[in-house]
Order: sequence, then structure tokens, then C-alpha cells
Amino acid sequence: MRHLLSAADLDAATATSLLDTADRLKEALLGREVRKLPTLRGRTVVTLFYESSTRTRASFEIAGKQMSADVVNVSAGSSSVSKGESLRDTALTLSAMGADCVILRHPSAGAAHRMSEWTPAHVINAGDGMHEHPTQALLDAATLREHLGTLDGRRITIVGDVLHSRVARSNVALLSMLGAQLHLVAPPTLLPAGVSGWPVTTGHDLDAALPQSDAVMMLRVQAERMHGGFFPSAREYATWYGLSEARAARLPQHAVVLHPGPMLRGMEISAAVADSPRAVITGQVSNGVHIRMAVLYHLLASQEAGT
Amino acid sequence: MSECSERTIGHSSERSERIIGHGPPPLLLRGVRPYGEGDPIDLMLRDGVIAEAGPGLDATGAEVRDCGGLVALPGFVDLHTHLREPGREDAETIATGSAAAALGGYTAVFAMANTEPVADTAMAVEHVWRRGQQIGLVDVAPVGAVTVGLGGEQLAELGAMAGSAAGVRVFSDDGVCVHDPLLMRRALEYSTSLGAVIAQHAQEPRLTVGAQAHEGEIAARLGLAGWPATAEESIVARDCMLAAAAGARLHVCHVSSAGTVDVLRWARGRTTAEVTPHHLLLSDERLAGYDPVNKVNPPLRTRDDSAALRAALAEGVIDCVATDHAPHAPQDKDCEWEAASPGMLGLQTALSVVVETMVRPGLLDWRGVARVMSERPAAVGGIATQGRPLATGEPATLVLVDPDATWTVRGAQLASLASNTPFEGMTLPARVVTTLLRGRVTADDGKVRR
Repeated sequence: MRHLLSAADLDAATATSLLDTADRLKEALLGREVRKLPTLRGRTVVTLFYESSTRTRASFEIAGKQMSADVVNVSAGSSSVSKGESLRDTALTLSAMGADCVILRHPSAGAAHRMSEWTPAHVINAGDGMHEHPTQALLDAATLREHLGTLDGRRITIVGDVLHSRVARSNVALLSMLGAQLHLVAPPTLLPAGVSGWPVTTGHDLDAALPQSDAVMMLRVQAERMHGGFFPSAREYATWYGLSEARAARLPQHAVVLHPGPMLRGMEISAAVADSPRAVITGQVSNGVHIRMAVLYHLLASQEAGT
Repeated sequence: MSECSERTIGHSSERSERIIGHGPPPLLLRGVRPYGEGDPIDLMLRDGVIAEAGPGLDATGAEVRDCGGLVALPGFVDLHTHLREPGREDAETIATGSAAAALGGYTAVFAMANTEPVADTAMAVEHVWRRGQQIGLVDVAPVGAVTVGLGGEQLAELGAMAGSAAGVRVFSDDGVCVHDPLLMRRALEYSTSLGAVIAQHAQEPRLTVGAQAHEGEIAARLGLAGWPATAEESIVARDCMLAAAAGARLHVCHVSSAGTVDVLRWARGRTTAEVTPHHLLLSDERLAGYDPVNKVNPPLRTRDDSAALRAALAEGVIDCVATDHAPHAPQDKDCEWEAASPGMLGLQTALSVVVETMVRPGLLDWRGVARVMSERPAAVGGIATQGRPLATGEPATLVLVDPDATWTVRGAQLASLASNTPFEGMTLPARVVTTLLRGRVTADDGKVRR
């Protein structure tokens, strides 16, 4: 594995290996007073973010630092990017400075693919437009595996703005590859026109889908979509597609609730459900660090071992 | 040049006509097959016209060229070329674009109006026309903008452009759609007094806000905002109705979808239409690596769309092939997909793509190629001296094609300043050997003759 550009590029063996590595790292760090491994000492990891982010960026930074990498954060707003430098020139500049790995978040789909053609560094896609967010899917897979034992044959319902969601695209690719049965629930306006080609079933009835679900993943409804005419009002959306307490009661006892964050409480998920024991949202966040450590390890360290 | 000498000498019209014809020495093309039909014959080109045609012509006093059975066709006419001058001379100039055209077998190109400044005045179109004449490799026919600055709000001075030395007969806001139905109606109505045609870039803007790729499975997977085919189809349907009501001539630019073909079939006789080589050959499957060389507007669609476009071109539902030749400087393509400019080079690859997609599968014969690449576009664009039959007394404006050759496309070797060809590395059939404009060789064996 040279880059992590999309979950669709992974095969089941590589994905499973990443999940296993994350589990081992989690165990290795568990209960340690000094949570630091020497694995990536002397390696330079750059986070290059063209969109605002709290959790993803912090998660990558912590992951890198816990493995002793030198982590440099570059933001579009405070760099020569704001002076109009092209993505290609930024890639060449970072390469020339000796970056071993560039973690890129960009509003344009395919930006990480392009970046990987311009730089000899390893590229990790931390979200490219509406395309993919592969480490989010990996951390979701890790969380689901932790709670459901396996993904094989498990029924997972993904709810909300599938059309604009890179989280949904990465999860559809990864979870289906790992054997899960996926069902997408969304208003017709928020399902992509080409969804018929995806390895999923689709529907518009959340109440009917929940009793059949081992897990439900609520997608964030981005504020800019609320005024884009995709649905009549936030209230109507919450009524039909929000995970209320009453609705969550339709889930089987063992089922878990995921949300990639940031959450709009009361909109896509009620506060009571978000804080209920079946919500594993904070678990997703801590798994995120271990997954990103695993990805950095596979890209930067295991290479030396000849894989 | 000949017109200049006519004016300076100022003799009677009979004498001027002889001087107008006073060009290169007679040229005997030995052994060509007009329209790829029958046994090879000879063509004697003299004074800019085909003076004689037949087997075993007397070569006395003429330069003789042994053509070994090359296919002869009327020179190609491109209804849709972006020459970028004035404004973006870093991507293409009228000179480099004319060279690419001549090398591609073209003898006339229509230069789109979306330059900087926009070709929306008599002065602007005359400038382009004059530059084309000075360069002299192809007839450059400027397209005038329909609206001032392509702004879609106020009609440009269509009459002034039509009445200028450039004699504009094609008007288009290509690059953007004349989407306001009232303005489009007025443009169509107004054009009827000028004997002009309105060439529409059919794209409903509200349905294509931020659109990046054909709305379908590929765009859904790649996370690219969809450009639905209905955004083209709905405008074409509307415009066909408006044109019929106005008794005006409508031409639909770069048809890209099977649904538009259905609309055109229904509206047959009420409009003309063109298809690009890239929409005939390529599909949105090429988008997988996000290389913006595949970004074009309208976007590459599905294989089913391409198949429908080929069938429509064969059937005559789509009249002609037009390149939408759109050079872009490297920095406008060496970037992320959404930031990239849409457009592809087309002039030097058009014939080969048409042979690959239409001739090889048996959808068109060489007479059909002459129809879709020369005769119909000349008729739509209103150039009487182009797209003429290969017959005695007709202009010696023609192209010689080696139907059996193959060649591999290399963007860096094309005559355009830009190199954004989507056909890079493809080996394609048929090669333009020689292009002649009124008896003068403009391109020969891959080299331009100025």
C-alpha cells in the first residue's frame, strides 16, 4: 500500500490487516502512562487541510505524535494557498521539504488522487469533496467489529444525506467488501442518481428498516443543504429521518448507533439517543486515533519491513 | 492576397476574376479516389478550381503528385472551434489553431465568440476574420455572440456583425446557454432577417449548478456533482419549439445524450445539430483517475449515449461532426478536477476518431464522412464555397486521406499550443496526407505549408 486514497482501492485482506493493526496498537497503548511508540521517529507527516476540521485533524495529529512522527499542520487559510498557490505547487513544495506523508483534506473530489501523482510522499485522503473519507470508514468498521463481533452478514442501515456524503461513499465501499449488508435510507433527493449501481438496497422508510438493523449510522446533514431545496424543512427532515428516542426503540436490543460527527442534536439524532448506551459515538472517535496510527504504520513503517 | 491585387489593379471584373484565380501553378493529383469510390482518377487543379477530372489526364505544364489511391474528400468544415485569440494566446492563437485545422484536413473553421474580449461587435469579429485571412491556412469564419459579453441579458448587435466584412452568419453564446426563454425567442426571431443561425449551447443553468460530470453511476461513485442529461434535453426541446414558432434556424451544439437524440428525431427538420468526436468515442468511465484532460462541457456520458450519438449521426438525425476544439494552458488542467477548465483539443484527431467510430463499424462510408465533416457543416454555417462536390469547375478545396494508415496521438506533437488531447497514446486509423485550400497546399505530410 503506497497511498490511502479511497476505501474502494482496498481489498478485504488489506482492510482486515489495518483493523487488526489498530486493535494491536490499542492494546499496546492501553493503560500506558506514556502513550508513545518510537515507530515513526524521524518521519515527517504533514496535515494539509483546505477545509475546517476538528476531530479528523486532531486525530491524525495525535496518531502521528503517539508514534513519534514529526507532525506539521498546514491550513489553507494561513498558508501560501491563500495567496493563490495551486495544489500542484503546494505538493511540490512540501515534497521538496522532505515530507514523508501528506494527509490531505480538500473540497474537490479526487484531490488526493491528483496529489499522489505530484508528490513522491505517501498520500492519505482525509476527505475529498463528496468522494471519500477512507479512515472514517475504517474507524467505523473497527467500531462495528468491536460491538458486533464481525461485519460478515451484519445488517447496517445508513441514514441521511448520502448524496453529499464522503463518509457514506467510503462506508459503502468498505463495509460491503467486508461482507456487511447495507441499506440506505434517505429522501429521494439525497440519494445519488447512480445509486442503483451500488452494492446496497435503498428505501425511504426508517421505521421499517430499524428492526432489521444490527447497526444504524446517522449521517450529518450539512447546514448548506438545509437551504438547498433537498427537503422542505429541518422539522420535516427530523420527523421522517431523524433518530428519535421512540424510533430508536425499534432497534433490536444488541444494535448500536453510529454518527461520524459533528452531530446536530435534535435534527438527525435526538440528544437522548446520542447519549444512550447504544450510541458508540465516542468509541468511534477513540478508534479513529488507532486506525490512523495503523494507516500511518502500514504506509510509513511496514515499508521498511519489505511489504 | 488575390483580392488585394484586384483592388490595386482596379481593372474590369472579367480581368479581376482571372487575377483572383491567379494562384499556384497547376497541380495534377495522379490517382485519387474521390469519396473512396471506384478506380483512381486524376484531378487537375488550376486557378483554384478543379479544372479537369478523369483517368490519365495530360500533365503538361503541371506539377504532378502521385497519390497512390488516396481518398479525396471536400475540405472539412468545423462549425465549432475555440481559437482563444484574442485573450488567451498562451493556450492557442489564430495562427496555431489554423495550423492544427489544416493538418486535420480542415479548410474552414468557425471561431467561437467566447474570447476576451468577447466577439460581440463588428470590430471584434472583423479582427478575427482578418487575422484568419492573413494567416491563410483555413477560412476563419467568426461566430458572433448572441448576447453582449455572453451575459445572457441583452442582444449583441447581430446585424452589425452580419453586415461587417466578416459577414457573420452563425451566432452563439457557446460556453454558456442562452437560457432566458424570452431572450432566446427574440434572438431567433431577429436572426431571421439576417439569414443567420443561432447555435445553442444547451445547458439549463439551474439544473447544472456546480456540475462536474455526467449524472450517473460514475459520478455517484466518484463524488462529482452531476450534470444531468435532462439539463440539455429540456433546453433542446424548448428551443426547437421556439425556433419553429419563429420560423428561425436553430443549430444545437455538441449533442451529448441519447435523450437529446430522441428530441432531435421528434424535431427533425426544425433544427440542425452537431456531435463532437469525443462524445462519439469516449465515455465517463475515463473519469476514474480524476485526470481533468477528460473534463469537458457537456460532459462525457455513458457508452449507451455514445452508441445513440453514432446511430443518430449515421441516420442524419445529427447533421455533422464539430470538434469543440478547446485548447487550455497546462495550469488550467494540471490541477484538481473542480478547478480545471473544461475542454479538449479536437482538430487534428477528428477525422481519425470519425473513422474509428463511424467508418470502421460500417455506420458511414466515405461519402458519409464528406457529408458530416464538410457538406452539412458548410451548409449550416452558410459558406457557399466550402463543402462543394469534387467535380470539374468546383473549388479545389479538398483533403487527401490515407484510409489504411494508423498513427498514435501525442499531444505534445500537435500543432496547437496546448496539448490537452484526451486521445493521448491512442492508436487511431486514417491519416490526413494533404489539405488544399482553393488549389493551394496548406498542409502536407504532417507539415503546414504557409
